[in-house]
Amino acid sequence: MSPPLLGVEEEGQSRVSSPSVECISQNGLGIREWNYLGLSDFCSVDSSCVPDDNGNNLNLKATELRLGLPGSQSPERETEHCFLNSGKLDEKTLFPLLPSKDGICSSSQKSVVTGNKRGFSEVKGTIYTEKKWMGHGAVPDSQSLQPVSHGKYSVAQAYVKKDGPANVVQEQPCTSNGTKVNRTDISNNSSAPTAKAQVVGWPPIRSFRTKTLTTSSKNNDEVDGNPGPGTLFVKVSMDGAPYLRKVDLRMYSTYQELSSALEKMFSCFTLGQCGAHGTPGKEILSESKLKDLLHGLEYVLTYEDKDGDWMLVGDVPWEMFIETCRRLKIMKSADAIGLAPKAMDKSKKDC
Amino acid sequence: MNYFPDEVLEHVFDFITSHKDRNSVSLVCKSWYKIERYSRQRVFIGNCYSISPERLIARFPGLKSLTLKGKPHFADFNLVPHDWGGFVYPWIKALAKSRIGLEELRLKRMVVSDESLELLSKSFVNFKSLVLVSCEGFTTDGLAAIAANCRFIRELDLQENEVDDHRGHWLSCFPESCTSLISLNFACLRGEVNLGALERLVSRSPNLKSLRLNRAVPLDTLQKLLMLAPQLVDLGIGSYVHDPFSEAYNKLKIAIQRCKSIRSLSGFLEVAPHCMSAIYPICGNLTFLNLSYAPGLHGNKLMKLIQHCRKLQRLWILDCIGDKGLGVVALTCKELQELRVFPSDPFGAGNAAVTEEGLVLVSAGCPKLNSLLYFCQQMTNAALITVAKNCPNFIRFRLCILDPIKPDPVTNQPLDEGFGAIVQSCKGLKRLSLSGLLTDQVFLYIGMYAEQLKMLSIAFAANSDKGMLYVLNGCKKLRKLEIRDCPFGDAALLEDVGKYETMRSLWMSSCEVTLGGCKSVAEKMPSLNVEIINESEQMEFNLDDKQKVDKLYLYRTLVGHRKDAPEYVWIL
Repeated sequence: MSPPLLGVEEEGQSRVSSPSVECISQNGLGIREWNYLGLSDFCSVDSSCVPDDNGNNLNLKATELRLGLPGSQSPERETEHCFLNSGKLDEKTLFPLLPSKDGICSSSQKSVVTGNKRGFSEVKGTIYTEKKWMGHGAVPDSQSLQPVSHGKYSVAQAYVKKDGPANVVQEQPCTSNGTKVNRTDISNNSSAPTAKAQVVGWPPIRSFRTKTLTTSSKNNDEVDGNPGPGTLFVKVSMDGAPYLRKVDLRMYSTYQELSSALEKMFSCFTLGQCGAHGTPGKEILSESKLKDLLHGLEYVLTYEDKDGDWMLVGDVPWEMFIETCRRLKIMKSADAIGLAPKAMDKSKKDC
Repeated sequence: MNYFPDEVLEHVFDFITSHKDRNSVSLVCKSWYKIERYSRQRVFIGNCYSISPERLIARFPGLKSLTLKGKPHFADFNLVPHDWGGFVYPWIKALAKSRIGLEELRLKRMVVSDESLELLSKSFVNFKSLVLVSCEGFTTDGLAAIAANCRFIRELDLQENEVDDHRGHWLSCFPESCTSLISLNFACLRGEVNLGALERLVSRSPNLKSLRLNRAVPLDTLQKLLMLAPQLVDLGIGSYVHDPFSEAYNKLKIAIQRCKSIRSLSGFLEVAPHCMSAIYPICGNLTFLNLSYAPGLHGNKLMKLIQHCRKLQRLWILDCIGDKGLGVVALTCKELQELRVFPSDPFGAGNAAVTEEGLVLVSAGCPKLNSLLYFCQQMTNAALITVAKNCPNFIRFRLCILDPIKPDPVTNQPLDEGFGAIVQSCKGLKRLSLSGLLTDQVFLYIGMYAEQLKMLSIAFAANSDKGMLYVLNGCKKLRKLEIRDCPFGDAALLEDVGKYETMRSLWMSSCEVTLGGCKSVAEKMPSLNVEIINESEQMEFNLDDKQKVDKLYLYRTLVGHRKDAPEYVWIL
């Protein structure tokens, strides 16, 4: 139906192949990129021969995708390239954000498994890692072929240690590409794939700002626990309708607006009713007739408040209504005995 | 050689206002040093531990305005424990004892107690201006002291401070005789304010130019305040929720239309997006718009608002504006110089967000862009190269890809080339923050091209010590270097310890430097304070030099080790 009711227009999807990006890449920048600074030779001399700790730049073996039984380690990868051989392994129950050259093996014994079957999120994480490797290998004349090994100093060091192990395991923000370099503790394997790992201090936003925005989101989605800040989705049911709808109460600022939106949303149901109730068989129902139908004649709009009581919509100021409304119901006025007559007058006034 | 009498030189020096220039002037000769120090009124101290208040007072007896910064920048992101330091009390105490006639105090990232505020308010008769940015440790009681005792207070500007709000009547503490207010900003306070007192205060402040309200100030009060102060230049709206058909809204529309001087608009801490049309009349004059605390404003309503703001020079916005919204900005705001796009949902699913597309659009449409803070889902080398071409005037370029090691999603390459293009093209670049997948290569570019770079922030980047070495060798003007989670170890740290004396500070956390390495720096450079912050229980008091150091913060100082460091900070 009407998109606005579905809430925030989402604009931030990554559309890698959208027109505006195309016009960038059409400059042939794909190739120029590498020669951009005319440094290709320079770079290859200087950088690509830098031996890393392990004396080789590309570990093709690490790029192999492997499957195995859950929980089994991939022995060859494990220790070879472990950058960090400190005793801090125990801490790394949270695996590094960085795809390590050694797969994801620098974490503790119990947790990291590379190239093995595991939870959805972990698999994704590894595949990302390995794709990256293959991506590297696939660019033949690239000077900067250094393994992007980011040391393997595990980002786990950055995690809050005081809280003890196996704690801060919300996973890392996943991008709309679905690329997730994330890791869950074994105990969290069953968590939803979209859980995120939080690194202390990342993303670098002032804590004051985070707190303030969290507060305003909380105020907004207190009622319905919804996704984005500034939205307030509640369910709307209608007697006789086969399915429910959801509306974002924050899209409106008056009862009038809400009411019109609901009319539009549920008109498909009332059409049927119209015919059945003997309105002379017109195929096209005018909006006013619909309004009459919803407002005056057939239905009243009610809502369930925080206390679980069913109330008539329209009595309290809009802001108060938003704060207390948990769900909406379009009731047949027959069912709303005792409230209906006055309500009808009132809502007619609002029309 | 000095052929002019001192008074003449002093007069000449009056025209030299920048700190840097005045510092240079003082180095010319003894006599210039003397004249300069007596005539100096404004002093900026970037690290409160680099000098002591006593020495400051001794050198600049004519001091009127002091700016102090305390904690390292990464303290903003919870990387520095709370009681690390940065206390302002010793400064105020020392200044109070002296004969300095302090008039202005500007603090950033410092711990400010109520006691210090009270002492401040009682010690300086002509105190005029207090600006606190990202500070903590005080309550509204401290503000009450300032309000009550500073008879000539002109400016009380609180920006993003953690204030313990006692919901007291601090606003009522401004005496009736106080009519000198020019700027009042209490947007960061979370509690209720005495609305009546606020109205009365504004009504007796004819010079009020800047007023930023907190969330507790409702719309009808806003309307009254605007009627009382139509001369406002800078307005921060608290709560903006109302019914567009109400009388209050009509009154507000009229009030806003009278405010023809408003050039800067912020706040909207609570907003009903359908009521933005009342703001349109003043949008055409706005040069600064800050909607970064207004997550309720997005989509079409937001775009419509922006379309009215043709003169905008600075825009702070949330990423729910989306790439499309940034396209609207690019078409509308041709004078744009500064853009900040903050994440509305940093740990979330990333639905409402911006990508490289938005940035490219803005760079194409706004050629005057010189300052950027951009939190995005992803970035490509191609986009950065295009941006570098479109906007060669960047002074500040801070890019934060929410996934800190994300490569170019199109090519799967690191973002070395993209950032390389930025540093090569933007010859005046002073501040740079990197993110995304990055190898040593990008640091090579930075070392080669970023000649004016003063501040560099690095996270989750590089492959080896070379990265850090490129930067330390190449960036001659580097003042602040902050690094987290990079594989830089002792070799990089120790290569050129003399360099650190030319810088204000170095921060390294979760890197590969060891205790031994840090000790070595401390030994070789007595003019540096080398602080190790250990919070982990594992480190205990293990004095093994090979142990990796969790957080290292070193800075140059003239006054040796500080005495106020907590237990877990070791000063080597």
